[in-house]
This record gives sequence, structure tokens and C-alpha cells, in this order.
Amino acid sequence: MVDVRYDIAFQLYPYAPVAAQTMPAQRHPVVIVGGGPIGMALALDLGRKGTQVLVLDDHDGVGQGSRAICFAKRTLEIANRLGAGQRMIDKGVVWNVGKVFHGDDRVFQFNLQPEDGHRCPAFINLQQPYFEKFLVDEIRVAQDEGAPIEIRGRNAVTALDQRDDHVLLDVDTPDGPYQIEAEWLIACDGARSPVRDMMGLNFDGRVFEDNFLIADVKMTADFPTERWFWFEPPFKDAGQSALLHKQPDDIWRIDFQLGWDIDREKELREENVRARVDAMLGEGAEYELEWTSIYTFQCRRMQEFRHDRVIFAGDSAHQVSPFGARGANSGVQDADNLAWKLDFVIRGLAPEALLDSYSEERVHGADENILNSTRATDFLTPKSEISKVFRNAVLELAQDHAFARPLVNSGRLSVPCVYDGLSLNGPDMLDGPERTRVGAPAVDAKLGQTYLLDRLPGGFTLLSIDAPAPEIDEVDGVPLTHLGLTARGNPFLKERYLGETEGAVYLIRPDQHVVSRWPEASAEDVASAMRIALGKGV
Amino acid sequence: MELNLEPNIADPDGFYDELLAVHQGLSKEDSDALNARLILILANHVGDRDVLTAALQAAQR
Repeated sequence: MVDVRYDIAFQLYPYAPVAAQTMPAQRHPVVIVGGGPIGMALALDLGRKGTQVLVLDDHDGVGQGSRAICFAKRTLEIANRLGAGQRMIDKGVVWNVGKVFHGDDRVFQFNLQPEDGHRCPAFINLQQPYFEKFLVDEIRVAQDEGAPIEIRGRNAVTALDQRDDHVLLDVDTPDGPYQIEAEWLIACDGARSPVRDMMGLNFDGRVFEDNFLIADVKMTADFPTERWFWFEPPFKDAGQSALLHKQPDDIWRIDFQLGWDIDREKELREENVRARVDAMLGEGAEYELEWTSIYTFQCRRMQEFRHDRVIFAGDSAHQVSPFGARGANSGVQDADNLAWKLDFVIRGLAPEALLDSYSEERVHGADENILNSTRATDFLTPKSEISKVFRNAVLELAQDHAFARPLVNSGRLSVPCVYDGLSLNGPDMLDGPERTRVGAPAVDAKLGQTYLLDRLPGGFTLLSIDAPAPEIDEVDGVPLTHLGLTARGNPFLKERYLGETEGAVYLIRPDQHVVSRWPEASAEDVASAMRIALGKGV
Repeated sequence: MELNLEPNIADPDGFYDELLAVHQGLSKEDSDALNARLILILANHVGDRDVLTAALQAAQR
């Protein structure tokens, strides 16, 4: 039996029996457990690289409910690399302005207006089911082009056993159980990860004693497309904080912070949800309740994301509070980080040690996200009398004085992780801009009719800007693509990649992070940096 | 810059007087709020992160 745990928004991979169910266990190079946004992004990335990948999901489509709604620029850039980004941007609601209120008072407003010369906006709001559907649609396109990706719906992993060179999986289906051998098993099975539980691994962290009520309402309102956030909201029973934010299809996300001791069932009753929403929107507001949910959260991560042949990505590996949109966005960066490493290891082009760098880099990312979201949570929900005194002092001062506004923390929005000082970094020999330093993801820049990131499609790239390109096309069998550009007449490239220097050579990884940069580089410099980035040491 | 723990206020008695005066007649709650605002304003004026850390440590004793 395969239990149905939630309703489906889009049925995208209905159960279909396969021959393997009546055969001895078949061997697969990569099996991904969980077809959420992280699992599907990883499958698409691997499949496009030509690596065979099997996705097992215990449902037959995308779950109902908006859940993650806020997708950051870096996520959209990754989705662009995978071919799914433009539909997300077209469907999503682009927003820049946020307003912060304290009771009836407007504290201040901010504008995330991104600088020019980027293909992607700073943020879009998009219901998670659309995000997942666009990835699966792109997987179907990739399959038609020959990408070796297979999705099996209503296939639930019930047990696993790590062997020397594979993991043996017991899989249940509506037609009964069968077995699969996975050389690499990637657990993208969410915060309650059954794979993590089956392996008895710890997932400790800090529990926040608070309940948040989400009400997604459908209405045609003329509120502006802005993020409105209230500390101590003035409307009846709204709790400690409240949020109003627009999604596509005339859906508005409303969030109420209800506190710890509540009766969940009672608060979720339609009349009680409506009473709160009415108080916020004003009597007589017409809307439909699209989806409601109460959630609590923890900030925590696994000690290590790699356990021999089992690798964890997304919420199964780390969990944060929702303030800052750091959950799904960081999970997509996990997939981005893991895909190329797994691909090279499976092809024999890099040692297995490269996969340890996945854990190292993404643990670093998770710690950054946990730190930021914990701080936001402490500001939202002061844990002592004096912390509330300071919190309210900040909010009061922020109304009159600019200096206090950076202290207001209603969530620090997700920004891409920089792998400062970690093992895969080569030397940084350029006195260049800080934002494109070694370890940082390449910053987009408009190049005439195209964009720089579109020219970094997924292999190692040697980017030479007004500098001679070293003569080197591959290192230990790994190909290297050349991209030669000039910053003359392109202020974006100059400001983002050269700064005060005349020219530069950047070595960029398949996930678009900078490995090394030099004013000028020899073939030996590049080869040596490539070997570091492939996990072969210095 | 180092945290200055030597006398640095020109008119110490006058300053102390003024500090107490702004709290005159306030409830405990309002006084606490005023102190919090004052700390934040002064901290911003100092700005230097190392000096602020040293000040926090000096206040902890």
C-alpha cells in the first residue's frame, strides 16, 4: 500500500507499472527519492548532462497548497540554466516594494529594485505547485530530446540497506513491493524525510514555540503588489505579526502569528479563519479561501549531508523559519551544487571526495540561512521582556530616523551563498570586485542582446575579459569552454568583473561559482585550479 | 579606535542631571523604552563594531 498523505494540485506522473517490478533488482546510477522542487531540479540537471536518473515519488503529482511562494533571483538563474526559468518569471508576480507597519503606524518602506543588467528580477512570488510543474514540464521536454530521466509515481521507499557499491531499496507500489539498486541515493524527501528516519540519523535544532496561520485568499483587490508586514497588527486577533503578499491568479498570501498555546483544529475552522481575514481586509471584503494551513517550524540541520552513498538535499538536510524565503531557495542551490559533482563522479572524471565538498559547501549555506532566519525570528517574537523593549524601540525610532531601519528584521531575504574559504576554491590573484570573488556565484551582466549567465550553461568555463585566453581546452578529461569578452563599452562587465583592473581571467564552475581569478593566467594556473575544483586537492 | 573609558564628558554633573531629567515622571515601562532608544541612538553614533563589542563587554563587568 502507498498512503496518500495530501491532495494533488497537478497529476503529472500517474502510477504506471514497469517491468522492473517483476524482475530482480535493477541497478541505477542515481535514484532520487522525492519529486518536489529539489528532486525535480536535480533530475533535470543530471538528465540534461546525460546521466541516467530515476525519481521515485510516493504521490502522482504536485501537492496542493501554495507553500513556498517567494523565489529569489539566484533560484531563477538556476532555473534558467535548466530551461524552466522564463515560464516562472512570466507566471510569477514581480515585486520590489515592501512596507513595514507597527500597529497602525507605517515604520518605513523598502525597495529591492534590482540594479540594471540582470536577466532575472530580485524576487517573484509564485505558488510552489507552479514551480514544480514547470520543472516537470521541462523534464518532459528534456526526455523528448533524449535525456535519460524516468519518474515513477506512487513508488514509496520503505526500507534501505547500504551495501559496498550500492544502496538496496525496498519500494512499495499499488501493485506491491519490488527492489531497486541505487549506486547513489539522493534523499529529497522533505523535512520529515523517511530516508533520514530509516537511517536513524539525527536532525536536532531549535524549536520555535509559535504557530503561524496561512490563509491564501482569492480576491480582486486593488492593493498594490507590495509585501506588507505588520508588527503587533492593529486588527482583531491578528496575533504578534501579520503578512500580506500577492501571488499569481489573484491569490493573496495572508499570514498570522498566533502564538504557542492554540487549538489548531478550532483556529483552522473556516469561520475562525474568516473572522481574522475580515478584520484585516475590512468588513464586507469579498474573497474565497483558497488554502489554509497552520505551521510551526524549527531551525536545524543534519551534521553531514553525505552519508556514504546516501546524500541529502533540501528540507531533508536542513530546515529554517520561513522568514527570508530561505527554504526552497536554498534547496535549489543544493541541487545546483550537487548535480555537476555527481555527474563527474559517475563518469569517473572526479574522485568521490568531490561529493564531500557538496556537504561542506551546503552545510556552510545552511548555517548562514539558519543564522539569518533565527535572528529574524528573535526579532519577530521577542523571547524576553527586555528584548521586546529593544524591538519596539527599534520600530519607534525607524519611523523618524533612517539609522534604525536596517535594524528592523522581518526576514532577511535569501541571497546566494558565497563559499568563502572552502576546499574547492582556487587562488584569488585579482584585485577585483568583492562580489565576484572566489567562491561567489557569477553575477549576471547584460551582453548586448544576451546575458552573461546564459553563456555559462553548465560546464567549466574560462572567461577572459580584455585578457589573453590561456591555451587549454581540457583538464584530466574534463572539457573547458572559452568565453572571451571585452568590457569596453560594457559598464556592467567592468563594474562587476574588473573594477579598477584592466583585464581578468575567471575560471567558473558548472554551477557558475568562481573557482579562481587572475589578471592573466597560464595554462598551468588554470589546470591547477581546475584540479582543486574537481576535488583532487592542490 | 579603542573604547574610551577615561573621563570624556566636559560637564559631568550637568550631563547626569539631564539624563535623570528626561526620565522624570516616566513610568518604569516608559523609562525602559527611553533607555532602549537612547542606547540604540548612541550605538549608531559610535558605529565602530569593535568599540561597540568592547562597550557591551565593559557593561557586563
